[in-house]
Amino acid sequence: MNKNYTKKEYQVYVESKTPKSKHVRNIARAFLIGGLICVLGQFISNFLKNKGLDTENASNLTSLILVFLGALFTGLNVYDELGRYAGAGSIVPITGFANSIVSPAMEFKSEGYVLGVGAKMFLIAGPVLVYGISASVAAGILYYLLKF
Amino acid sequence: MPGKRIGKQTVKLQNPPSIISGAAIVGKKEGEGPLRTYFDNIIEDEKWGEKTWEKTESKLIRETLALILSKAGKSAGDINYIIAGDLLNQCIAANFGLRESGVPFLGVYGACSTMAESMSIGSILIDGGFADNLVCLTSSHFCSAEKQFRFPLELGSQRPPSAQWTVTGAGGVLLSNQGAGPYITHVTTGKIIDMGIKDANNMGGAMAPAAADTIMVHFKDTGLSPDSYDLIVTGDLGSIGREICDELLKIEGININDRFNDCGLMIFDTKKQDVNAGGSGCGCSACVFSGFIFQEMQKGSLNEVLFVATGALLSPISTQQGESIPCIAHAVSISRSL
Repeated sequence: MNKNYTKKEYQVYVESKTPKSKHVRNIARAFLIGGLICVLGQFISNFLKNKGLDTENASNLTSLILVFLGALFTGLNVYDELGRYAGAGSIVPITGFANSIVSPAMEFKSEGYVLGVGAKMFLIAGPVLVYGISASVAAGILYYLLKF
Repeated sequence: MPGKRIGKQTVKLQNPPSIISGAAIVGKKEGEGPLRTYFDNIIEDEKWGEKTWEKTESKLIRETLALILSKAGKSAGDINYIIAGDLLNQCIAANFGLRESGVPFLGVYGACSTMAESMSIGSILIDGGFADNLVCLTSSHFCSAEKQFRFPLELGSQRPPSAQWTVTGAGGVLLSNQGAGPYITHVTTGKIIDMGIKDANNMGGAMAPAAADTIMVHFKDTGLSPDSYDLIVTGDLGSIGREICDELLKIEGININDRFNDCGLMIFDTKKQDVNAGGSGCGCSACVFSGFIFQEMQKGSLNEVLFVATGALLSPISTQQGESIPCIAHAVSISRSL
């Protein structure tokens, strides 16, 4: 069977046979849903400012509320459906971050609270944290050095 | 080599075992698919009263075994071997689901090819006179497979168009040295083939060369041709793999297109059920065979079937380490009469 194709030729052939993701559609949906989540955040933030909070406290509380909503809708089995439709539109906002932590916590609850929930909670968010924090430390050091 | 072995990879059974009963229990989504009327039971939710998905999968195996036995009018004491497997690490679905069966047990792993692998071993055991009755059984569960191989279920991610949907279900058959058919006449054991595909979301593309190779070798070893069969059905290549397999065989001068189907395309309505390229998992070919194919052979609408279950022999670790996907396909030839 393999004499007709080398491995390399076969990989090219399979690639040509494999349908591509519908990028234009996915990007449009991501823009729509991601945008809506941000509009919701802006709405919450404006509401809090109207209630008398200063900008910093209002944005902190807005993040908190959005994280809560992301976690809540993950628990209600809704966020995965949203994600299947919206793709990056629901992954990139802070609600997606909440989803990436709550979903493994739910999944691995059956292995107990220590080795399941505790150990697996950061399965997906872990790399984001590690490299996000590392990048911010690197940027901080760079900033410190360049200031002199 | 004595008379039973014909060709490089094929055994012609001199005392062909008869398939005397089959049963399949499937999940809700499979129960909404085109083959729903062929399944014995459709479970109402993904847990089926159990605490974990793994326990549910074990229950699927256990209850399917009970159905297979009761349909054949046999008890566990009549069974010489159970040959079973699943997708979970260390095959815990089968090991745990069958621990109370009290029957000698052989655990097998061939990924999604496991059903054909267990039927191959079972047929050889019966033909050799080592067993009178035995059960071949496999399972998979969408949730437990996602958990082990992919992402948490509730994670909001998208699946690429080439991804396949793991079937929730268990299926199996009882093979016997007595019975009126359908009979297993030939067993072609596949070899591991790796064409360098690394994308774990494109199993069909990875497995197609293994399926094509086994089908080609089967014809070469047996002297049979596509015309010898009413149906040549692969395990779960899905839409992409099926097309590639068909084209690979055409290059070799073998045209099976008019009688070629794939269990992963049969169990779901791929247009309506949001399963991308089709179904997969040990339970997919097991349920399609034990439900649809076996019943249609009993009715007489199918007489000669070549059942070629395909497996992608990867693990999450091998994928993360950047390895390509070794694949396998085992073929079992089933005939309504001798």
